[in-house]
Amino acid sequence: MQALLLFLILFPAAVAFLLLAAPKGRARQTVVSVSAAVIAAASIILAALVLGRGAPVYFAAGGHAVDLLIFAAELALGVIVTVISLRRKQYLAMALMLAGLIMTVVYEVWLANTVHAENNLFADNLSVVMTLIIGVIGSLIAFFALGYMEEYHRHHEDVPDRSNFFFFIVFAFLGAMNGLIFANNLVWLFFFWEVTTFCSFFLIGYGRDAVAVRNSFLALKLNLCGGLAFSAALFFLTLNAHTISLSELHDLPGGAVLLPVALLAFAGLTKSAQMPFSAWLLGAMVAPTPVSALLHSSTMVKAGVYLVIRLSPVFAYVDGGKTVGLFVALVGAVTFLLTSCMAISQNDAKRVLAYSTIANLGLIIVCAGIGNHKLAWAAVMLVIFHAIAKSLLFLSVGTAEHVIGSRRIESMDGLAGYLPRVAAGMVVGIAGMFLAPFGMLISKWATLEGLVDANPILTIFVAFGSAVTLMFWVKWLGKILIVKSAPENVETHVPRTQALTLAVLSVMTAGVCVLFPLISKYVLEPFIFETYRQIYWQDMNNIATLLIMMATVVVLTVPLVFPGKRERHFRPQYLAGANLAEKEKFHGAMGQDIQISLKSLYLQGIFGESRLFPLGVLSTLILIIIMLGVVV
Amino acid sequence: MSFLPKSPWLVHYDASSCNGCDIEVLACLTPVYDVERFGVLNIGNPKHADIFVVTGSVNEQNKAVIKNIYDQMAEPKVVVAIGACAASGGVFRECYNVSGGVDTVIPVDVYVPGCAARPEAIIDGVVLGLGVLEAKYGEKGKVAS
Amino acid sequence: MDVTAATVIGILIYLAAAPVVGGLLAGADRVVSARMQGRYGPPLLQPFYDVLKLWQKENIVVNRQQKVYILGFFVFVVIAGCILFGGGDLLLAVFALTLASVFLIVAAYSTFSPYAHIGAEREMIQMVSYEPMVILTVVGMYMATGSFSSVDIARHDGMLFLHLPFIFLGFLFILTIKFRKSPFDISMSHHAHQEIVRGLTTEFSGRDLALIEIAHWYENVFLLGMVYLFFAPVPVVAVIVTLAAYFLEVFIDNNNARLKWQHALASSWAVTLVLGVSNVVLLAFR
Repeated sequence: MQALLLFLILFPAAVAFLLLAAPKGRARQTVVSVSAAVIAAASIILAALVLGRGAPVYFAAGGHAVDLLIFAAELALGVIVTVISLRRKQYLAMALMLAGLIMTVVYEVWLANTVHAENNLFADNLSVVMTLIIGVIGSLIAFFALGYMEEYHRHHEDVPDRSNFFFFIVFAFLGAMNGLIFANNLVWLFFFWEVTTFCSFFLIGYGRDAVAVRNSFLALKLNLCGGLAFSAALFFLTLNAHTISLSELHDLPGGAVLLPVALLAFAGLTKSAQMPFSAWLLGAMVAPTPVSALLHSSTMVKAGVYLVIRLSPVFAYVDGGKTVGLFVALVGAVTFLLTSCMAISQNDAKRVLAYSTIANLGLIIVCAGIGNHKLAWAAVMLVIFHAIAKSLLFLSVGTAEHVIGSRRIESMDGLAGYLPRVAAGMVVGIAGMFLAPFGMLISKWATLEGLVDANPILTIFVAFGSAVTLMFWVKWLGKILIVKSAPENVETHVPRTQALTLAVLSVMTAGVCVLFPLISKYVLEPFIFETYRQIYWQDMNNIATLLIMMATVVVLTVPLVFPGKRERHFRPQYLAGANLAEKEKFHGAMGQDIQISLKSLYLQGIFGESRLFPLGVLSTLILIIIMLGVVV
Repeated sequence: MSFLPKSPWLVHYDASSCNGCDIEVLACLTPVYDVERFGVLNIGNPKHADIFVVTGSVNEQNKAVIKNIYDQMAEPKVVVAIGACAASGGVFRECYNVSGGVDTVIPVDVYVPGCAARPEAIIDGVVLGLGVLEAKYGEKGKVAS
Repeated sequence: MDVTAATVIGILIYLAAAPVVGGLLAGADRVVSARMQGRYGPPLLQPFYDVLKLWQKENIVVNRQQKVYILGFFVFVVIAGCILFGGGDLLLAVFALTLASVFLIVAAYSTFSPYAHIGAEREMIQMVSYEPMVILTVVGMYMATGSFSSVDIARHDGMLFLHLPFIFLGFLFILTIKFRKSPFDISMSHHAHQEIVRGLTTEFSGRDLALIEIAHWYENVFLLGMVYLFFAPVPVVAVIVTLAAYFLEVFIDNNNARLKWQHALASSWAVTLVLGVSNVVLLAFR
């Protein structure tokens, strides 16, 4: 099993170097498709093995030489990024990077030999969930990118074609991500953590235009802040607690562990773009869509919440941990509420998705911050549903963008008519994101039920946040499902790799909704029991009700998709009697013939970014300062 | 059995009325006449309405509108022309832009005379219209959904 | 809780009785409203006549899909009620009701009609307005009784109202929106049809419209069921309060002009923050 684990980390990295050399076209297609399939298969096999054992597995994996190798790689990467920052005259980023480098070197020279993790790697059910997300969804997205990047360069002729580099980074990222979730040694985890930061940095800057460069450095700077906090946590852990093993944290006394844990949570907050750090994720939307789908919704930002979920036993069980956890949860709650509100004011589909991503990560942080067994269940469930549905949405938007030339929600009127399959993907994704009885709602429900027991005040945030979430999804859903007269089907413009990926992801989104009781029983509940020694129990009646509701929706979609030929009594829209013979047109003022065009509400005056963003930054900064103040 | 006469919903269109008949139509809704006693509602949407109440004469500007509103009503439906103008064009009959009564555009089932038509007459006309509605329902049998 | 005979009976009674009760209440609403306005008003059974008439009319549509969405609306309103009256999880019932509303909004959107579109958007604003209070109501009920199941809540010893007085008032407030009464009748425009014609329902007719009407009766009974829960230990009081709440809404309806959606949103959030949140906080620190 250890070999498989290492394979999942090293194989993508090896493929990455191969792709750097592989020429565009056939060769790359083969390499990407085959290795994506191999990674997916490997992660599924690993999942089966770990689930079969039913208990966490620890591996020594490596020794001093490997530690040194990691240290060297970290140094090399740090130097590269420093030089790039210098060349781009980004002095703040350079300073942060240098500070990080110095801390790494000092740690290596001064402390690295004083403490050793007995087991550098481990795998349990949560790792399984994460590796399946990375291995299956990540591979799918890489596969999707094959067709997408060719289209991308056809649409953006000003962008130099560096798609070799693009695929290099994507696969390197997959490896790093696997490393991150299997690492038990926090020094290793930190290395992979930084690698994902760099991957994100390079991919956001892929376009190389001014905006892309600026946003990539913004992301770098904010994530490096998190990196510094992580580094500092390593120092404190080594000095005070004499351990760098993730699995031992919750057995330590509060005095030794709370400060580093708070710092690690801080790093998690930056990584998962919680307020006040959210700006970088919004800026990251300039990257090509597969990047947004892979790094900025389904995997990398999940690393942040993953870490916080790992810390949640500390919040729950260590003395004084509850206070720290509460503030972490509050940051998540404020983020969830405010970013959901701001999503209403957005028109760009990718920005809506970005805000919704931040919001959902916020909800996960709320769950993990409180960290009782019910909420941990909800948090992992949220991770699963969100990863699948959100990557589906991102990829659908990217596909639609290439066909209709816009990703404004305003221009998606009647998408179901002329891009039925892509629209179906979007509808499935949206339904999975907010609609009862699907995906996210199942976990939101569990979240609410869990929060009422743990901290009812937080339910207030969830109540308001869920209400506004409704609005931005429904108005998007409605736009897609507008039925216009005689639309021309332009589905043939969608490359086959993309259509296939969307179909697979749609099926997966639906699949996890239907199979959630099984996922809960065989994956989550053992994990919850292992971590919390408490049994998570789901009311079978409620599950039955949910399944009945799902079945009802499925039955209803049949006549939607196959409306039948039965004679209907059609009449055009009511247009105050001014309809013209031509459909969807009316005789307007000044004798003009006017086409119906419908615009949505964005409530800028109430939920505008300029109003809410500063509010969010300020309040969460205060919360974070208090959180750190409490432990110091 | 038809429930159409028990729940007549109106859509009222002012073609080019002087507002005299319109005021009288609205008067029917007031507590003095209270047509809601018979389930009558001024629903304001042709797609929901059973009875199309038109006041005023037809001219070039509103011809298409009258036709359109009539077309958008669900079967069975009845048209009641209120007042002299709706019946024949009234005093505006000879105007250069007036083509005459409502029946120049759509089939009219009940004519309510008067200038302006009195509320009693309007209610009487609508009630007559209910008979026509019932008859139309009987003719066509059950309307397919 | 198992699927017991009581659950099945509860659901069956709901399925059969809710449209009758809802229709009669709607009729009473119209009679009482007429009397308040110095009129005689329609017969008590008028809503049933209306629905039966609509059933006999031609069903005209703008597109093939709208009927399916409306059916979805109807089915999920009914399911929400079945969950409540079958003793299920209240949160789930609330979510089912939300799903129903989403179906109705999508039906309106699908018609690509300006009036229906405005109605649909206002309906969304209404949802944003009332949803937090509805969730907090359920949360409050859980905090007071320790269960989300409507049966457990109904069988709880103490009267819920004594623990949740502010939440009860807040719930009454958003009931005005849910019942589509002035001053918050902004999406369907029951009384002021001149403005956006019939809003959300502009493009629906015949059986579709009848189905929406019946769904509203089910929905109203569902909501009154929620009101009932506050006083469940003393059924007589509970029934009286439930009816009083309904006629309070009728009274409010007849005494208010309509407000703009901005006011609907601001006032209901303010009420939720003041009444709902304070009650939840009080319970939390009890």
